[in-house]
Amino acid sequence: MTDLAATDPLPKPKRDLAPILLPVALALVTIPLIGSPSTWLTLTAASLAMGMMIFIMASGLTLVFGLMDVLNFGHGAFIAVGAYVATLVLAPFATSIQADSLWINLAVLAPAALLSMAVSGALGLVVERVLILPVYGQHLKQILMTTGGLIVAEQTLYALWGPQIIPMPLPASLRGSFILGDVAIAKYRVLATLIGLAVFIAIQLVLNRTKLGLLIRAGVENREMVEALGYRIRRLFLGVFMTGSALAGLGGVMWALYREQVHASMSDELTVLIFVVVIIGGLGSIGGCFIGAILVAMVANYGGFLVPKLALVSNILLMVAILMWRPRGLYAVTSR
Amino acid sequence: MTDLLKLSGVHTHIGRYHILQGIDLTVPQGQVTMLLGRNGAGKTTTLRTIMGLWQASSGEISLAGDRIESRATPDIARLGVGYVPESMAVFSDLTVKENLVLAARDAPMDDKQLEWIFGFFPALRRFWLSRAGSLSGGQKQMLSIARAIIEPRKLLLIDEPTKGLAPAIVMALIECLKEIKRKGATILLVEQNFFAARELGDNVLVMDNGTIVHRGEMAALAADVPLQERLLGLSLEAHQ
Repeated sequence: MTDLAATDPLPKPKRDLAPILLPVALALVTIPLIGSPSTWLTLTAASLAMGMMIFIMASGLTLVFGLMDVLNFGHGAFIAVGAYVATLVLAPFATSIQADSLWINLAVLAPAALLSMAVSGALGLVVERVLILPVYGQHLKQILMTTGGLIVAEQTLYALWGPQIIPMPLPASLRGSFILGDVAIAKYRVLATLIGLAVFIAIQLVLNRTKLGLLIRAGVENREMVEALGYRIRRLFLGVFMTGSALAGLGGVMWALYREQVHASMSDELTVLIFVVVIIGGLGSIGGCFIGAILVAMVANYGGFLVPKLALVSNILLMVAILMWRPRGLYAVTSR
Repeated sequence: MTDLLKLSGVHTHIGRYHILQGIDLTVPQGQVTMLLGRNGAGKTTTLRTIMGLWQASSGEISLAGDRIESRATPDIARLGVGYVPESMAVFSDLTVKENLVLAARDAPMDDKQLEWIFGFFPALRRFWLSRAGSLSGGQKQMLSIARAIIEPRKLLLIDEPTKGLAPAIVMALIECLKEIKRKGATILLVEQNFFAARELGDNVLVMDNGTIVHRGEMAALAADVPLQERLLGLSLEAHQ
């Protein structure tokens, strides 16, 4: 029922700043608990870098969840495949990776990351057509199909590369830290933060400044109405799925460099984190996903420093706390 | 008068429920056809089936002679069918402008048409860059209708546009729909508000239990209280 006439002034739109302030508040609260400002800064930088990597991996999944209502439990496969493809590309260029020049390192790393994204995106195309398309709208079958797909992907990686951990050393110019007084901030973490921010800004620009973005945002909210306006949303689904898969591949490369190793089950630990982030953020919300990823990383880093035993369950506790506050996540975009 | 839309023996199942049980109806070109009936009679299902949002299990649906019952919703929309659902379904995260940009599809918005819409719904101009989610119910309904008419459409399917709106806004909507009608639009309109139905309708179809139980002129039904009570359970005056 309306309570405003057409000519009445519009209530000012409420800007929901509480979720944005949450990581800031968490960071401020931990300053006295951690004690040392330099340790706090190092942990905060680590949280931002980790958060950005998780965001890159989770951003595709949240759009897939929100737009397509697809529960893709196999998202981790794209992460692992992306990392393995990077090892293949980087292997012949070991000397370039260990060169002292940042530009030479990046000249090898950038194509490796792009190829990883391309392969993960192409795998996303196959997965969407073969596994997801027959089970649209059937959540239980989606879980079974995508979990099965993840197992097949993992076992294929084991079959091709073996069970051993493959080292993936950081390029020489990204080793070490920037020293600012007492504070040491790892160079790679700065790069990871910058890449994460660039991805976030790029996604926001696409979503907010292009017609494609309008369609994605509208589709997240009401797929049926988008179709009733004359748009073929299935094509949009496929494009979003492939983009999400490609971003997962990029995240896989970044995570592998962060850990300096690759193994077939590397996505197992990440899948839980990614789902926590997507749920905390609100299905389909890129902004929520971004804040959720930072929160998860902060809780992991601050929590790991302050109460190491709590680190094992800290993310689940965070998710419970957020969902008790906002049952549909930080920013509820869909009604699902 | 040629028939723009024709349904013959249309059945629709939703899950195991048999909702439409052999619908036969025609919507003449350039006229407003009212679709009335009790709650649960199948009115919304009829509109959704025409739009392809629910697939007809059997039967034929033709639009200007073209069979559309097997076509996908986007194809039906691109044939010139505009749909205003009961829920309005404005994209609340998008601005008023963005909602209309999407509705205009491939072409830029027609400035003349936009000015014409603003003439009826000045609120849309005022809140052009506001998020649709922050509009009032009446303003959302205006936006929903504006979205359906921002481009020329052959047929408009409108589901209970006055539901839950304040009387002043209902009047504005009726005036707008009258003007759309004067411009020659063909409309299939589900409506419970008697005043709106009487003001707008040329023809009327009454549904019950998934079938059409009455077809005729709106004016004739509006004048026949016993018929209204037999078909709808109570007189249309009670629906105002």
